[in-house]
Amino acid sequence: MAEVALRKVVKRYDDVEAVRGIDLDIADHEFIVLVGPSGCGKSTTLRMIAGLEDISDGDIMIGGDVVNDVPPKDRDIAMVFQNYALYPHMTVAENMSFGLRLKHYPKAEIKARVTEAARLLDITDLIDRKPKQLSGGQRQRVAMGRAIVRNPKVFLFDEPLSNLDAKLRVQMRIEIKKVHQKVRTTTVYVTHDQVEAMTLADRVVVMNKGRIEQIGTPNELYHKPATRFVAGFIGSPAMNFIPCRLEDVGGTLQIRLTDRLAFPLPPARAARYNALPRTEKLLLGLRPEHLTESHAHLEPGVETFDTVLDVTEPMGMETLVYFGLEGTPVCGRVNPNAGAKDGGPMRLAMDLNNMHLLNEETGVVL
Amino acid sequence: MAFFLTLPLILLIALLVLYPAFYSMHLATLNKSMQKFVGFANFTFLFKRDTFWMVVRQSCIFAITAVFFKALLGFIVAHFVHNLPAKGQRKWRGMLLVPWVIPPAMSTLAWLWLFDPSYSAFNYTLSFFGVGPVPWLGDTFWARFSVILVNVWYGAPFFMIMYLAALKSVPDQLYEAAAIDGANWWQRIWYVTLPMMRNIIAITTLFSLIVTFANFDIVRILTSGGPLDSTHIFATWAFQVGIQSSDIPLGACVSLFMVPILAVAAIFILRDVSKRGNEA
Repeated sequence: MAEVALRKVVKRYDDVEAVRGIDLDIADHEFIVLVGPSGCGKSTTLRMIAGLEDISDGDIMIGGDVVNDVPPKDRDIAMVFQNYALYPHMTVAENMSFGLRLKHYPKAEIKARVTEAARLLDITDLIDRKPKQLSGGQRQRVAMGRAIVRNPKVFLFDEPLSNLDAKLRVQMRIEIKKVHQKVRTTTVYVTHDQVEAMTLADRVVVMNKGRIEQIGTPNELYHKPATRFVAGFIGSPAMNFIPCRLEDVGGTLQIRLTDRLAFPLPPARAARYNALPRTEKLLLGLRPEHLTESHAHLEPGVETFDTVLDVTEPMGMETLVYFGLEGTPVCGRVNPNAGAKDGGPMRLAMDLNNMHLLNEETGVVL
Repeated sequence: MAFFLTLPLILLIALLVLYPAFYSMHLATLNKSMQKFVGFANFTFLFKRDTFWMVVRQSCIFAITAVFFKALLGFIVAHFVHNLPAKGQRKWRGMLLVPWVIPPAMSTLAWLWLFDPSYSAFNYTLSFFGVGPVPWLGDTFWARFSVILVNVWYGAPFFMIMYLAALKSVPDQLYEAAAIDGANWWQRIWYVTLPMMRNIIAITTLFSLIVTFANFDIVRILTSGGPLDSTHIFATWAFQVGIQSSDIPLGACVSLFMVPILAVAAIFILRDVSKRGNEA
């Protein structure tokens, strides 16, 4: 077990910079998830930690030692691949013990470790099968078993659940979390699925275009996103961004969304945004759950307005409603019994206590 | 109905495979003038001749040595080509296939000149190092060496291209997994590449074994079986006995000897292939 550190790590392919100077400190026992859209450099970063890709610049440290030029086999890491990468000609037991056999561990210890890992992952019955005879979820378990038996310093997961169907993915997600709770090995996990990232991680690293946008706990990222990218990437359905500007009306700070729609800001928000120039082009960031149906007893800071819905999506426990604010599509979440109808009128409540204000040009959350 | 649909193929096989096979079996039981049925007399006659046993031995040495080196060379070259940058790879692949594409009768003629004891490029080059002249085709050992060398040169590209295809079908992630598991370069070949290529290796080897065993043109052109019949293999000896010495039944008899030997090899290798076929 060990901490991992990345110092100004850069990866260049000929004329493209895939990773543009990443700094990241991963503590011992920590479960870190790298998340981002495809092509953001998250897999490249993981592969550089693994040693499968050379780094063009910077330093990678595992357990305090710089491992830039250390080959993968000497980094004491284990990796789980997206397509499992099990050796098709070996049985489950042979697959899991391959690394130990190469290192000439005593037979008894190999057997003990494989048995223990198989028990942990509930694949004891499959130990003599070949990968071809296993289902996707079982193969995934074997791939994890192969990582666990090595008892490495760091686990690396490269989109391990992408090849599984939705139901199995949820199941394996929990499985992975349980395994981590038991073995406590430092883990770096790459995914493009923000739900996976939120549910698994101690800390999430959101990457975009080869850079780190924000590092934080799942709750920090959700409630205090640093940039428009993070705000839009984390959370489903995504945060709404509504063009707006600030104005002073009779001594109170107001946020104007459209010609007809302007709300006074709650005092805490007003104090925070008061210094902003009134001419600046801003975006109001509001999560769908802060746009709900209006009701009789509204808290201070919650403002109501009337709109006409375009589309509604009944999800069972909630109904998603879509409407336009001067051409900007907006999504809200209302109670399924609130009477939302396609094309129907509705009175909605906007919770400005949970609003975010973004600079439209820079995308920075203010 | 199904039978009638396959009938054209059955007829074709009967005409082109079964008829010649049975006809040669029939021929093998006749006397030299093909007038009288002599049963197994031709076979018993062969068994008593030293030349026959020498041909059996030389055929086996020739086929096994040549196939081994073709496979080895093909494997090594396939690795080199596989690791070339994708851009220039086609060019190299094409060039390396040339020996296999030229009709062997023609290319062997070029080799015949290269092996010439007095004026050849080989002996001329060797003379600078104070070696030679080597009697490439005149000495028993060197003649055997030479026919195998030319056969390897001719056949290795086939192995190369088959192995290259097999190499390309091994997923990169298996190598990455092996690298992380702690396998060095050699262990990756031994534990990943070779097992993954097993079927291709078996089939290619069998195929080449059969073709090499039945080789005719290279030996015929280079040495015609000499010196002292030491490079004769089944096909060339059958030709000499049957056509050149006008004993067609005896020639048929010689060539029939290849069948059981190759059948055994085929059974062993194909059994292994089907056993492992359902793994990958």
